[in-house]
Amino acid sequence: MAEKPDVLQGTLALMVLKTLDLLGSQHGWGIARRIEQISGDLLAVNQGTLYPLLLKLEHEGSIASQWGISENNRKARFYRLTAAGRKQLQAETRDWEQTAAIIARFFNVKAEDLA
Amino acid sequence: MKFLRRFFIRLANVATGRRADQRLRDEMTEHFAFQIDENMRAGMSLTEARRQAAIKFGAAQAIREHHHAEQSLPFVENLLLDLRFAFRMLYRAPGFSLIAIATMALGVGATTAIYSVVDATLLHPLPYPHPGELVRIEANLPGVGAHDIGVSIPELRDLQNSGIFQYVSLSFFGTNNLTGSTQPASIASKSVSPSYFAVLGVDPELGRTWDPHDTTPGFITEVVISDGLWKRAFGADPRILGKSVRLDNDVYRVVGVMPASFRDQGQTAEERGTELWAACGFAADPAPPPMRSTRFPFDTIARLQPGVSPEVAQGRLNALVASLKKQYPVDYPPQAEWAFHLTPLADTLVGNFRQSLILLFGAVGLVLLIASVNVANLLLARASARGREMAVRQALGAARMRLIRQLLTESLLLFVLGGISGFAVLFFARKFLLQFVPESLPRLNDISIGWGVLAFAIVVSVAAGTTFGLAPAWITSRLNLTETLRQEGRGSNGSRRRSRLRNVLVIGELALSLVLMVAAGLLLRSFWDLFKVQLGFNPTRVVAIETSLPNPNDPKTDIYHTATQEAVLLREVLRRNRTIPGVEETAVSDRAAIPLGYGQSEHRAVPLLREGQNMQRSQPPLIDTSIVSPEYFHVLGLTLLRGRLFVDQDVEGTPLIAVINQAAARMYWPGKDGKGEDPVGKRVRLLGRLGRARPDWTTIVGVIVDARTESLADAGIPQIYLDIYQRPAKFIAFYLRGQVDPANISAQVRTQIQTVNAELPVFRAETLDDVLSSSLSVRRFSMEMVALFAVTALLLAGLGIYGTISFLVNEQSHEIAIRLALGAQRATILKMVLRQGLSLAAAGAGVGLLGAFIVSHLMAGLLYGVSPNDLLTFTGVTLVLTTVAIAASYIPAIRAMRLDPIRTLHAD
Repeated sequence: MAEKPDVLQGTLALMVLKTLDLLGSQHGWGIARRIEQISGDLLAVNQGTLYPLLLKLEHEGSIASQWGISENNRKARFYRLTAAGRKQLQAETRDWEQTAAIIARFFNVKAEDLA
Repeated sequence: MKFLRRFFIRLANVATGRRADQRLRDEMTEHFAFQIDENMRAGMSLTEARRQAAIKFGAAQAIREHHHAEQSLPFVENLLLDLRFAFRMLYRAPGFSLIAIATMALGVGATTAIYSVVDATLLHPLPYPHPGELVRIEANLPGVGAHDIGVSIPELRDLQNSGIFQYVSLSFFGTNNLTGSTQPASIASKSVSPSYFAVLGVDPELGRTWDPHDTTPGFITEVVISDGLWKRAFGADPRILGKSVRLDNDVYRVVGVMPASFRDQGQTAEERGTELWAACGFAADPAPPPMRSTRFPFDTIARLQPGVSPEVAQGRLNALVASLKKQYPVDYPPQAEWAFHLTPLADTLVGNFRQSLILLFGAVGLVLLIASVNVANLLLARASARGREMAVRQALGAARMRLIRQLLTESLLLFVLGGISGFAVLFFARKFLLQFVPESLPRLNDISIGWGVLAFAIVVSVAAGTTFGLAPAWITSRLNLTETLRQEGRGSNGSRRRSRLRNVLVIGELALSLVLMVAAGLLLRSFWDLFKVQLGFNPTRVVAIETSLPNPNDPKTDIYHTATQEAVLLREVLRRNRTIPGVEETAVSDRAAIPLGYGQSEHRAVPLLREGQNMQRSQPPLIDTSIVSPEYFHVLGLTLLRGRLFVDQDVEGTPLIAVINQAAARMYWPGKDGKGEDPVGKRVRLLGRLGRARPDWTTIVGVIVDARTESLADAGIPQIYLDIYQRPAKFIAFYLRGQVDPANISAQVRTQIQTVNAELPVFRAETLDDVLSSSLSVRRFSMEMVALFAVTALLLAGLGIYGTISFLVNEQSHEIAIRLALGAQRATILKMVLRQGLSLAAAGAGVGLLGAFIVSHLMAGLLYGVSPNDLLTFTGVTLVLTTVAIAASYIPAIRAMRLDPIRTLHAD
């Protein structure tokens, strides 16, 4: 089995927020699985990073959590995006797109463009 | 914001001990179950699905730790854990903890005590708003060597109009007789310009002060009184304002009462205790007409315009002086070089004490250093016992920084507990301790042991704890794992480094205590020399009691205006005093003539003109005057050398006569060949203080020996004595020699004086021996304090060397046992151990002597009669230190000598 790269520090928060934005309320395993699926199973989510991150986001007020019953009838903790989290997601998305656009321009630049 | 929110939630979690463990465990179980479901859906068997899920999941414990770190603040949590552990360690070794805490309590307590004095006096000398704006103005004539000659009223107006100052004020300190209330009292009072309180920037508690722009030429008949006087003499009468008081028989109206917290500014404790202020324009009766050359030798203080620094003000003042000199060339002859000099008021108030206080602060700082070194030494000693603990911790994966942090927490706890207990002792003993502070110390009443001082104590303890805890922590945590574990904590590698540091610390301690002891020794010798000095007069069995005669503003109402009028009173009181049982001899003088008494600081120097001297070209020298009765010389045992003393026939109307001391004879009649000419028969003129019309010639009739009546440190101050029956004095001291009881004499003399005049106050009865000893109070205080610190330092250093040698003996017990087993003499072992102690002492003494040499030169100004290189002190102190070092090494040396080789070797 090939080693899958871990998710980059910092980007995981963005992925979690986006996933919750898409799916509404979701439990930890669900979030991890979705991220892996969306990445086309190219990424592996480290549980040692995921759960502290969820706690951190909750402390920061971006997400909230409560106990609930999962689709296959198990007690599970569900996370959902708060209003503050939604705002944060928008801001971070903007930032990310801007950064990505800048990097893209660097990749596309050719020698004659600078002449 | 987000960051803060997260921080506070985590902090709250730490504080409430809330844990998310259970929640995480549930979440993990659930996560695991989901993963197994998913794996089974992918077609795995249950066992395989479980295995794969576990692999994917990773180390559960690591996840738990990360999660926990996020839930709380690991730094704070570790600190709390360390603290809890440190408390437990403290508890486990109560002896060690007690010694360490007591040592630090001593060091920090002493430092904090001195700091509280320094804080009140040096750091906050002026209890007034914007103290930086307050300055003292001094007029000098450097060309003729005259200093602080005072200012005249036209000059005062020039200063006021210069635009440099907000307000300028003259003030003249004296005493007045307050009569009409209960017992007549002599109260400390000040005649000031109406702007005085505007200069200080203090408002009264009741009523008002004067209009700072009041231009009344003479006395304004309104006075302001202190809170203390209001309570004492007027029973805190709420309707005091507008009431009349009689001062020296003049009637004034009270217009204001100052707040209880108000203290006047001034050079002496007496002046700072002023209780009544009267405003005067100093330009009409009783002052002479305002002439530019009529200078008052009064204090001039001023408040600078906001934002003007004293330096800038001095520059503008110099410009003013230059233009005045051009305008009035006759009043300011160029060769006199008349000039104003500004000094920040704060600097002029604590001047004499600054050096003593800095010395004390330095001394106590050394004690603190030594105490800290001692505790560091104790910590190091414990480090060797804890080598195994550290090794085990490291073997279990504790990082070195983590160990250092834990050890540092332990030492900080010791230091801070020590500091807090030192402060607590100080706080509860403050009343007791303040008794030892000499009363002449400025702002004595403002010394407070409050929050600021507590903060200082804690900051000092934390700083000392960090500084002196770091090295032991560093060394303790640095060890060779395998070796230490194998050797059961007796690691040789780390311990060598430890013992080197211990040696350095002990040498430092010894050196510091040597410095302190030399300082104390030199101060002690100075004090002793002053104490044993040949006084030149005999103070034993003499009591001085003061009274003061009213000095009304209108001389016509003064019943003691002439010497003849006053003589009636004086002779009658003297006659009555002689009838008091036990009194053998009596005399009377003005207050300035009390040897080493309060009058020393008063303006008593007057210009001396000698017959035949050309006065146009130079300013006459100033000489201290005393006004005395004929018996004064005999009562005080002042020996006549040449000519005669005063006799009863010298009265008002007969030629004015004077007696001088040898120093005056030497200085003013040196003769042409320098051998001295006989001053007896020479004539002088003594210019009055206020420069009244030309006084009559006074003939010198006798020369007496030099005596230390002015200053214990200086016998050679020129003095001139005038006859009290020729020149009346207002502030009077009666002397009684004989077997009298100082406790009752005051009442007895009061009865006698008040039988003659019931309105005269009688106060301050003191034996001359007491006056003498209180004149030494500041020196005694600093000497005693430094000596106390030196003894403490010596004790601590002795403890330090004892600890180090004991430790060495412990370390070397194996080696010593082998030596003994191989037949070494026990005496040789004793010598070997003692040699180690001695070599430490020698190194410490070497370093210490160097430091002491530097310090003794820095404090040369505080010494009297002893050179800063005094051989006796240096060798004596070195000897004492060596003796203590040997004595401290002796106990462990004996223990080494008595070692049982068999048992020691078996134990290994």
